[in-house]
Amino acid sequence: MGTTVENQIKPFTMNFGPQHPAAHGVLRLVLEMDGEIVERADPHIGLLHRGTEKLIEYKTYIQALPYFDRLDYVSPMCMEHTFVLAVEKLLGISAPQRAQYIRVLYAEITRILNHLLNITTFGLDVGAITPSLWGFEEREKLMEFYERVSGARLHANYFRAGGVHQDLPAGLADDIWEYMETFPRFLDDLENLLTENRIFKQRTVDIGVVSADDALAWGFTGPMLRGSNVAWDLRKAQPYDRYDEFEFDVPVGLTGDCYARYLVRMEEMRQSALIVRQALEKLRVTPGPVKVNDRKIAPPPRGEMKRSMEALIHHFKLYTEGYHVPAGETYTATESPKGEFGVYLVADGTNRPYRCKIRPTGFSHLQAMEFMSKGHMLADSVAIIGSMDIVFGEIDR
Amino acid sequence: MSDASMSDDSLRELGDYIAAALGEEIIRVEVKLGELEVLAQRHAIVRVMQFLRDDSTCMFKQLMELCGVDYPSRPERFDVVYCLLSLKHNQRIRVKVSTDEDTPVPSVTGVWPVAGWFEREAWDLYGIFFSDHPDLRRILTDYGFEGHPLRKDFPLTGYVELRYDVEQRRVVYEPVKLTQDFRSFDFLSPWEGMTEVQLPGDEKANIPIGAVNPTARAMAGNPAAREIATNNPAAGTLKG
Repeated sequence: MGTTVENQIKPFTMNFGPQHPAAHGVLRLVLEMDGEIVERADPHIGLLHRGTEKLIEYKTYIQALPYFDRLDYVSPMCMEHTFVLAVEKLLGISAPQRAQYIRVLYAEITRILNHLLNITTFGLDVGAITPSLWGFEEREKLMEFYERVSGARLHANYFRAGGVHQDLPAGLADDIWEYMETFPRFLDDLENLLTENRIFKQRTVDIGVVSADDALAWGFTGPMLRGSNVAWDLRKAQPYDRYDEFEFDVPVGLTGDCYARYLVRMEEMRQSALIVRQALEKLRVTPGPVKVNDRKIAPPPRGEMKRSMEALIHHFKLYTEGYHVPAGETYTATESPKGEFGVYLVADGTNRPYRCKIRPTGFSHLQAMEFMSKGHMLADSVAIIGSMDIVFGEIDR
Repeated sequence: MSDASMSDDSLRELGDYIAAALGEEIIRVEVKLGELEVLAQRHAIVRVMQFLRDDSTCMFKQLMELCGVDYPSRPERFDVVYCLLSLKHNQRIRVKVSTDEDTPVPSVTGVWPVAGWFEREAWDLYGIFFSDHPDLRRILTDYGFEGHPLRKDFPLTGYVELRYDVEQRRVVYEPVKLTQDFRSFDFLSPWEGMTEVQLPGDEKANIPIGAVNPTARAMAGNPAAREIATNNPAAGTLKG
């Protein structure tokens, strides 16, 4: 009799989300279950779709930039970074040296911000509450550095085509340096909580194993790819903004499971802290402008506008009409904390992008959800989602 | 600079190799802004992709991006753009095919499983149909959405808006009501509607140097100045 009842409830379809705390946003996952085993997983995305790409087509290049903060809202400056590099490529300009170091500095602070959020909420998903309490405190301190340089904790809108908006305020470099002295000790504490934690390992080791070939075929990038033992990092392979001057290691995981991805992210934070310190050292000996000296692209300083009519006109034209980008197209990608974040930008010579396709990182990762969670228990699918590091701001756009 | 031109050369070499190997299936190979772009025949896209993935000189193992672009003025209005990455050779390539609303593009899901969602997205946002796609559903827009929003002829505001109706106790769709007209500024012609109009003074731009300037006469109120302007061509031009 027991078997007939079981046959009747097969297959059991279940809605996971869209309002589930472990879904990391608004993910609706339709799961077909065989008992507690996942048979099929069909992620329904788009619940956070805001039409960013369409909106950008109606905005000038300067106005389009803040939309990038709102894509992956836990690593805003890395999103901006890709877009400004793409625009710079079409304009045929490059940022001054100091601006490039500042961008590297903040891209790495952003990487730490992102990984702190991912690792701690990943811990939360599999039952560890303390890491998130500790990690969010550190995130707050890092976001203070965001605020001091851009005025905003999250949606910074700080990078510009041709440099950054403003130079670092006085004293900020010293404070970041001081923070980075203590940060590795915090990482040790965090590792104490998770790395050898019996429960954490039970939940993550051998879960969601991805082979290197599968990772390539499914378009994995970033820690997801490196966790599967593929040493590939765009900062090393196709360096942008003087990353080639920095010394850092690219960690890889050997097993391709959730635990390996966690270890990769953990080590990446240590490497980022090293890069931040190198960037600060380089900034100390690199004075100079932080944006290109072309008034058609970068606005004049405030003081100049008080005296010069020409400067006032430039300012007005720049913030109403914006700059015209010569016709052309480019696919520019950077190593965002989650992986390869790309922008396919088509310019038609006007002041607005003709087409701006954003290549979200988590889109291809989440697509592999079915293949990764098939045959796993329901609770494991939570661990897999946690290890993917998905943020719906960028997936849904 | 030398680095860029060197990589340009190697890209051109690779492009020539691909064009030679695939023959008629490649329409055009270009290197622009240090990026290699290949225009392929639509019907042959799967074969082209397989070649690019498996050939030892190419080894483009990863499909990074697949998207549509809309050019409404062309007879085949859509471009489908594939961005590939080769980890082995550290190179990128962009492959394009063109299509229109009715002609399907062969799906490349058999070559890269990751293409599945990207093609669904292109279908959703542009209405580009992919043949042999295992599961071509909408992906980003709402359940039951009508139209393809990223087409250039789809308005930015859309056609419907939704709100929660207290009486019906559900979310209802209604036609979009704009409290303020949708404004889109055209910066290409700052004085729109006035391009055919001659503003006072415009004609001076076309007067050859040394010729008599008629406006100088008309504008100068006192007869003495008019006299000077008529008799002295150089003075007239200077005034203009």
